[in-house]
Amino acid sequence: MSDPILSVHNLVGGYGKMTILNGTNFAVPRATITTIIGPNGAGKSTVFKAIFGLLKLREGKVSFAGRDVTNKSQRALLNAGICYVPQGRNIFPELSVHHNIELGGVAAGKGLDLPGRIEAALDLFPALRRKSTQQASTLSGGEQKQLEIARSLLLEPKLVLIDEPSIGLSPLMVQQTFDILKSLRDRGVTILMIEQNARSALEISDIGIVLELGQTRMVDDAKRILNDPRIGQLFLGGAMEESAA
Amino acid sequence: MSGFAKPLKIALGLAAIAALIIVPMNFNRYGLFILSQWAVMSIAAMGLNLTLGYAGQVSLAQGAFVGIGAYAAAIMTTHGWPLPAAILVAIALSFAVGWVLGYPALRVQHHYLAFVTLAFSTLAFLVFRNESWLTGGIYGISNIPRPHILGFATNKPLPFYYVCLGSLAVVSLAVWWLIRSPWGRAFMALRENPLRAQSLGIDTRRYTLMAFAIGSALGGVAGALYAPLTQYIDPVPFNLSLSLDLLMMVIVGGAGFYFGPFLGAMIAVLLPEWLRFTEGYYLMLYAAAVMVLLIWSPTGILGILDRYLAERRTKAASALHAVAKSRLETAQ
Repeated sequence: MSDPILSVHNLVGGYGKMTILNGTNFAVPRATITTIIGPNGAGKSTVFKAIFGLLKLREGKVSFAGRDVTNKSQRALLNAGICYVPQGRNIFPELSVHHNIELGGVAAGKGLDLPGRIEAALDLFPALRRKSTQQASTLSGGEQKQLEIARSLLLEPKLVLIDEPSIGLSPLMVQQTFDILKSLRDRGVTILMIEQNARSALEISDIGIVLELGQTRMVDDAKRILNDPRIGQLFLGGAMEESAA
Repeated sequence: MSGFAKPLKIALGLAAIAALIIVPMNFNRYGLFILSQWAVMSIAAMGLNLTLGYAGQVSLAQGAFVGIGAYAAAIMTTHGWPLPAAILVAIALSFAVGWVLGYPALRVQHHYLAFVTLAFSTLAFLVFRNESWLTGGIYGISNIPRPHILGFATNKPLPFYYVCLGSLAVVSLAVWWLIRSPWGRAFMALRENPLRAQSLGIDTRRYTLMAFAIGSALGGVAGALYAPLTQYIDPVPFNLSLSLDLLMMVIVGGAGFYFGPFLGAMIAVLLPEWLRFTEGYYLMLYAAAVMVLLIWSPTGILGILDRYLAERRTKAASALHAVAKSRLETAQ
């Protein structure tokens, strides 16, 4: 793979004495949608936390755009061009839509044209512009997800880590959210996504990564992973054969 | 309050400021004392509102910071220092102690944090009472002077009331600016969900400590005004009950609402005085009124207003939706 924007090497880490990541390795090419799939407990969300400095790694290295960013602070990572949209509802429900977006700029330096960036983010999401003074809790599930994405774009990231974007959304909203991710990819933003809804996610992805027990089992073209019969076996609860690794 | 038109809000604000300046000119000494106390307690409650209402960190120690500010001002002004210098020292001291008190908040939350701050409140009271070489112990510190501002003596109640009111205005503007700055948004993000806040690059550790430190510093400002207001201090006013009173002011007024502390302090300071005509029953009536209010609206007085405005907005939106729908049906 030539010139990946993100690469993780031999990540080892976990919570307390429990080890979740057991030597995870993969690389993410620029301007692609890369989806990580795997059964529950595979370490998917933990990998994101490790990349975003929310989990201190015991071993391993995270490189972003050729620089070592292992265990860096969230502010440093945001300024480097990585943003993270965690799983679940991530808006601040009592604040207005506008204030929620504004919070995406907290990590920015003084030179940032925050009002201009907010306007640019609202241009991408007309529904949010119409409701910018409303309390965020009054938005629908899909609009709330749009709000999270709009907020994450405020610092013009090069890489968006997005965890389970389809969770709790209707099929139509899932499609809309995936369309937004595709348009971001087309504008040169790299998307690294975790998704339980593996089939739909792989359909819009360029690369697929299969994780199991904190180890990378497969990195391949998303379509080939989608058509791989062993994936069904993995999601049905059986472990992959060693030969697949 | 977003439902009000902006000019109406400005007019109401100006009318309230004018009333606070003009009406007390006819008040007697006692009325001016009560109103000055309201201004001082509003400042302390604004500090707690920042810590609790905006940043979501429970504190039962705000009374102790009022005590720290009061003793700093009393000790310094009785040794010849001017009050502005004493206020600066009170701010610095309360800020530093508040910062240190913020460290437990990095590990414990909610009622556990309340108990940590309660223990600090007790500790501060014991220092005020037992370290008599510094604080005068149970005999306290008397003859605390009132300042000369730009050559004008403020010994009399009315000029000193204006000192308190002016200080309240300065603090109110500072807090207004703070909660509208990215700092204020970061405090609110911290209150609503620390992990989400962290994922946006908000240094939750630093903001937690700042929430305690800034809130405590405002407690210190209030204390530095309380000492020359009463001109005598001893440890009793700064025991746990003051912290509980301040907590009540914030909750009754509406935690997390800008004007909550002003209203809360008004109820806590003025309502018992207004109910004095009931003689022996006034404190019982006051307690019952607070209970009824909180059962009716747990989000405080401003919570009621907010709910009413939200309902109005929903009704207006529904009406617009109905009009749009009927037009669409007619067009079809």
